[in-house]
Amino acid sequence: MNAAAPMLNVEQLSVSFGGVKAVNDVSFAVNRGEIFTLIGPNGAGKTTVFNLISRIYNATHGHIVFEGAELTQVPAHRIAALGIARTFQNIELFEHATVLQNLLIGRHVHRATSLWEEILFLPKVRRAEKDFREHVERVIDLLDLQHYRDTHVTGLPYGARKVVELGRALATQPKLLLMDEPSSGLNVEETDDMAFWIQDINQDLGVTILMVEHDMSLVSRVSHRVLAMNQGEVLTVGTPSEVQAHPGVIEAYLGKTADV
Amino acid sequence: MRFIFKTDYDQDIRLVQHGGHWFWYGALLLFLLTAPWIFSNYLVDQLTLIGIYAICGLGLMLLSGYTGLISLGHAAFLGVGAYTEAVLAAKGWPFPLSMAMAVILSAITGIIVGLPALRVKGIYLTIATLALGVIVEEILTRWESVTAGNSGLMVKPVQWLGFKIDTASEFYYLTIAIMIAATLVVLNLLRSPTGRAFVAIRDSEISAQSMGIHLAKYKTMSFALSAALTGLAGGLYAHKIRFLSPEQFTVLQSIELLMMIFIGGLGSIHGVFFGATFLIVLPQMISVGKDFLPAAIGGAAGLQATVFGLIMIGFVLFEPLGIYGRWVKIRTYLQSFPFYRKGAFKRQKTFQKSERNR
Repeated sequence: MNAAAPMLNVEQLSVSFGGVKAVNDVSFAVNRGEIFTLIGPNGAGKTTVFNLISRIYNATHGHIVFEGAELTQVPAHRIAALGIARTFQNIELFEHATVLQNLLIGRHVHRATSLWEEILFLPKVRRAEKDFREHVERVIDLLDLQHYRDTHVTGLPYGARKVVELGRALATQPKLLLMDEPSSGLNVEETDDMAFWIQDINQDLGVTILMVEHDMSLVSRVSHRVLAMNQGEVLTVGTPSEVQAHPGVIEAYLGKTADV
Repeated sequence: MRFIFKTDYDQDIRLVQHGGHWFWYGALLLFLLTAPWIFSNYLVDQLTLIGIYAICGLGLMLLSGYTGLISLGHAAFLGVGAYTEAVLAAKGWPFPLSMAMAVILSAITGIIVGLPALRVKGIYLTIATLALGVIVEEILTRWESVTAGNSGLMVKPVQWLGFKIDTASEFYYLTIAIMIAATLVVLNLLRSPTGRAFVAIRDSEISAQSMGIHLAKYKTMSFALSAALTGLAGGLYAHKIRFLSPEQFTVLQSIELLMMIFIGGLGSIHGVFFGATFLIVLPQMISVGKDFLPAAIGGAAGLQATVFGLIMIGFVLFEPLGIYGRWVKIRTYLQSFPFYRKGAFKRQKTFQKSERNR
């Protein structure tokens, strides 16, 4: 595969729900090793793009190509195995399981044991479990989740849940990580931690990141490139400062100056 | 207070995690093994029934407690298992083979019922399983050439290689052995990827899917395993009761089974055993208690159903996690003895949680 080719290529992607064009003719490319951010006012279609990539919705039109594979033809449960993991805007954790179990579920794509081996819990299964645990412990170390390890998710404060969700996505060892509003609901300090983690995950683990984010200080701090959307369409793509200065973006957020 | 110092991942994988577990489970095993010498045949029979209901409960717990698919048709699987075993035993099949067949046929029925689970969710799925329950009951009644319909079917005792298991204590040991094996199977599943996938589906289908879990495959698997275990219990049930008729496998029986795991505690294996014990012991207690009540109440029809209902309401209101939930509280109290905090199990809204009151 050509290393210079973009990792994720979204081409003329459209989806409509009834008469509403939630995403209309959106094209962009995410390069390997990049932190690429989608911004835009509420209802711009950012999360819809995520849901299209993770195959929760079917695209009406267009292509999503990830490392040469056409994602629009792949069933939703195969996406993780291709190396794409995601977090959710409203946190979708496994509430009645411990943090450790949540992270171990993240290893599911690496399952190599059969049902019968598991029923008998053969030595092979035990080895696989220990191997899973070792990977998960690395994630726990990275995200400082040690003291939550055996806590049930129901007992966690909001900020910690957000981190657990990130951890669960990382446990799958993704090549591309989709983060839907990583900083929403976090306080200043937690957002600061999140920014460090995003950079660490990108630089140290070499994971390409595609995120949706509203906090512009976080966006400008970590992103390499930003894409602004409004009403399902692309406004502009560029560096964070270029995009923030773009008149169309300012208009989308603040409205037009009235002609007096 | 016990503090477990962990130095090895194996410590979290092991089923028996510390000395206390060894002691108490050992004591329980010793009790189960010596029971026929200590108790009368009647009590041994009751213990056997608890064992049979526990196996069935393990199946239902796997499906409803761990995968989150509520079934109101489990009496059907129990019936399929029981009738298969009864019919094949009458034909002279050796016990292991006929039981295997009972398990396989139940599992197949489970897969058939599981099919709507791929499309419908929640209460609609429950209705679909309810429909299955009614259909199977009807088949058992109408297919007279095989099931003898409403006139009922006598069941031969267990036979294999010239051995005959027909005393109360022999059958008790058989049941306990199968129960322990079934428990180990379920516990093994729950500590491996398949069991975690079930839990994931229960708690959030959408993120289970994005973690790479094939929803249709695992839901079907859960139905098949659950039905297989229930069918296994059905086979034992046939030999224990020795007489089968369709009215033993009605929707009411399904509701009773669901109530068993609910009162025992959804989402826990302990809960299965608490629930099974409760289901067998309570009617006994009621019949003993009857004599002490005024005749108008003690002799009233439907006393048992009323008591069951009241207890159920009590659990819904005060202890949604069932007997197991109560047990966890008592255990925590004892383990943390003089330091137990009143608020330790207080239910809180997410937004009220903070790092400070951990």
